[in-house]
Amino acid sequence: MTAEPEGLAPASPGVIAEVDAAAQPRNPLRDPRDRRIPRVAGPCVLVMFGVTGDLARKKLMPAVYDLANRGLLPPGFSFVGFARRDWADEDFAQVTYQAVKEYARTPFRDAVWEQLSEGVRFVSGSFSDDAAFDELAECVHKLDAERGTGGNYAFYLSIPPSQFPTVVQQLKRSGLSDSHGRGWRRVVIEKPFGHDLASARELNATLDGVFPPEAVFRIDHYLGKETVQNILALRFANEMYEPIWNRGYVDHVQITMAEDIGIGGRAGYYDGIGAARDVMQNHLLQLLALTAMEEPVAFDADSLRMEKEKVLSAVRLPADLATGTARGQYAAGWQGGRQVGGFLEEDGIPPDSRTETYAALRLGVDTRRWAGVPFYLRAGKRLPRRMTEIALIFQRAPHLPFSATDTEELGQNALVIRIQPDEGITVRFGSKVPGTAMEVRDVNMDFAYGESFTESSPEAYERLLLDVLIGDPPLFPRQQEVELGWRILDPVEDFWATYSKPEQYPAGSAGPASAEELMAQDGRAWRRL
Amino acid sequence: MTIDLTDTTTAAIHEALTQARRRMGGPASGMVLTLIIVTDEADQYDAVRAASHAGREHPSRILAVITRKPKSDSRLDAEIRVGETGPGETILLRMYGPLGEHADSVVAPLLAPDVPVVTWWPDEAPRSPGSDRLGAVAQRRVTDAAAADAPRDMLLTLAKSYQPGDTDLSWTRSTPWRSLLAATLDQPYPEILSGEVLAEPTNPTADLIAAWLGTRLGIEVRRGESAGPGVTEVSFTTQDGQVTISRPDGRTATLSWPGRPERRVALHRRDTDDLVAEELRRLEPDEVYAETLRALARGSS
Repeated sequence: MTAEPEGLAPASPGVIAEVDAAAQPRNPLRDPRDRRIPRVAGPCVLVMFGVTGDLARKKLMPAVYDLANRGLLPPGFSFVGFARRDWADEDFAQVTYQAVKEYARTPFRDAVWEQLSEGVRFVSGSFSDDAAFDELAECVHKLDAERGTGGNYAFYLSIPPSQFPTVVQQLKRSGLSDSHGRGWRRVVIEKPFGHDLASARELNATLDGVFPPEAVFRIDHYLGKETVQNILALRFANEMYEPIWNRGYVDHVQITMAEDIGIGGRAGYYDGIGAARDVMQNHLLQLLALTAMEEPVAFDADSLRMEKEKVLSAVRLPADLATGTARGQYAAGWQGGRQVGGFLEEDGIPPDSRTETYAALRLGVDTRRWAGVPFYLRAGKRLPRRMTEIALIFQRAPHLPFSATDTEELGQNALVIRIQPDEGITVRFGSKVPGTAMEVRDVNMDFAYGESFTESSPEAYERLLLDVLIGDPPLFPRQQEVELGWRILDPVEDFWATYSKPEQYPAGSAGPASAEELMAQDGRAWRRL
Repeated sequence: MTIDLTDTTTAAIHEALTQARRRMGGPASGMVLTLIIVTDEADQYDAVRAASHAGREHPSRILAVITRKPKSDSRLDAEIRVGETGPGETILLRMYGPLGEHADSVVAPLLAPDVPVVTWWPDEAPRSPGSDRLGAVAQRRVTDAAAADAPRDMLLTLAKSYQPGDTDLSWTRSTPWRSLLAATLDQPYPEILSGEVLAEPTNPTADLIAAWLGTRLGIEVRRGESAGPGVTEVSFTTQDGQVTISRPDGRTATLSWPGRPERRVALHRRDTDDLVAEELRRLEPDEVYAETLRALARGSS
């Protein structure tokens, strides 16, 4: 008996674009049918800037450990921290150790930590310090020699965007950004990607001269890859949704991102940015794109981006921005059983701040599929609860063979994609109430990702880091998408800056009255938060 | 909540389950799979524990089939556990007398509707799992050659009776090794002339790794012996010299490659929970396992 010819092996479904498949010789031990063997990163060094921040401690370091614990990091993997601290390698290892102990999701194993900590290094210095970057260069080259990391470096910039130019220039000056054809270079940046079109372009120009576009990983951890793939699977792997996913059946779409918290300690960042720039430009427009886009020709990053860009370029603002948008600021009130202060009373916020903590927007999508179907977006802080969802609200049945009293309590059918918490899908439809009388009322059918699979979703940062180290092209915005987002939002921001002042809404309420009005004038209402 | 039913029927078990659920305040929804564990009184505790752990975050129905006193009169005792070990349901079915020969008649009405069935023999497995009565109802049949008296012979027996959906925990144990080996060859490597796998003499995982490497790389792979624990070393003889991955302590592996620094990586042995969890993850036939088994059988004939 012979082994089956390899031509019969199915292409690996669900895998987003395998990288460099053609560039590397085939590895005989890998087989697309062998689903047990995970993708493992090749030899490399992860260099992290901003290691003293919360994000690094709570998310990134634990994610590195979890990856190692799951056997997804290569032998010799090394982790270098860079910060303005007077630390030796051991001190940094100790900081990492504590972060891992406290926040890692997988059980702590001494052997894994021991092995990981052998590759932990620290370079001390400020971002403007040439000598420190030379030392960093020396440090990674030494790792190549000592630990066989093969000249592959990923730079994670967990730092404020204002410092990107300095760090990127330093990487260039010290020769770290150029691999001279040996090994790869990748750079990871987190949102925000600018605060308007001009600044986004400026940021891009900073990176562009130093790293090629495919080496730049723009991370939007909030909208993890898992979520994007879930939405794509729902829409394009099934037969039952596509026929009704258009203006013939959908009445309108509501995309919501509600947070119960205030701005916390982020005053410095938040003032002057506001809800629209903070989450609408990126998260909500991404969700809109995923909901409204046409089917990509293939399930790879390029085809996907093409469709997203297409639909984002078809997004239209309301003709009258005064009635088609709404914004607010939370005032003092009771939220979740606690008395909380208003936005203008937060530390670090000037009492005359015009930054909004709530934004709502009606958008149109000018395509054959969506003509006349409004997309309502809203995002806000200090709302009753934390929740992010996409809701497709369907039209009412054209004819009901029941008497009006029978269907008094029947609403519109809805399909809700819950992003968080409790990721899943809800379908809302009418059902008969048990009893002798004919009465139809709304009921819910629920599906939760957490309950239906024998594996739990990987933590967003784990997946993200692994994608970066493997070189899987990011599903996340390339520059073009970022710019399209700002193109949509910039006129709204300009209008707000000139003509309107955010309306106050009590903390713990569902938002300002003008947002309710925005819906009411169309004869619709927001879904309850 | 635990409910004991003695001398009972499947209808009564169903009734008790429904009542228990109602009392706990939750409907039976989102059940991911039914896991049948074929075991005996002595081993049921460990097996059920591992299975509940593996499915901790994911409700499944675990049916433990325990055969007792084959010579006595037929009788079915059930022990129902709901809401104790997690979101799922566990039912221990103790079958006395001739009923033990007809366990499938008890199990069939208790399978959760519309979800896959997995049968697991933690200890002694039938020579042909696919034609076993409890194996035939399952999409996936999990055996463990390492639990047999002669593990290698057991693998050869399983190779003969292989049907799509069969799998073995000694194969599952090879995953971390195989993924490290695959990662090692992701980089450009010198031509490989032959290989060797070292482990305890009766370690079936080492037999499978050797067969897998042999068929994938088209080289001869020797199966050598060591004192363990588990698989201790895999090495390749290449044109440039020896490429070796050794793991003498069962925890950390060292990769040596001619002309390069030694690199270490964690490679720990896993608990039964983890192995079962891996098995439950994908329920389609494992074709690579099938090929490896065939290669092993070819090499032995």
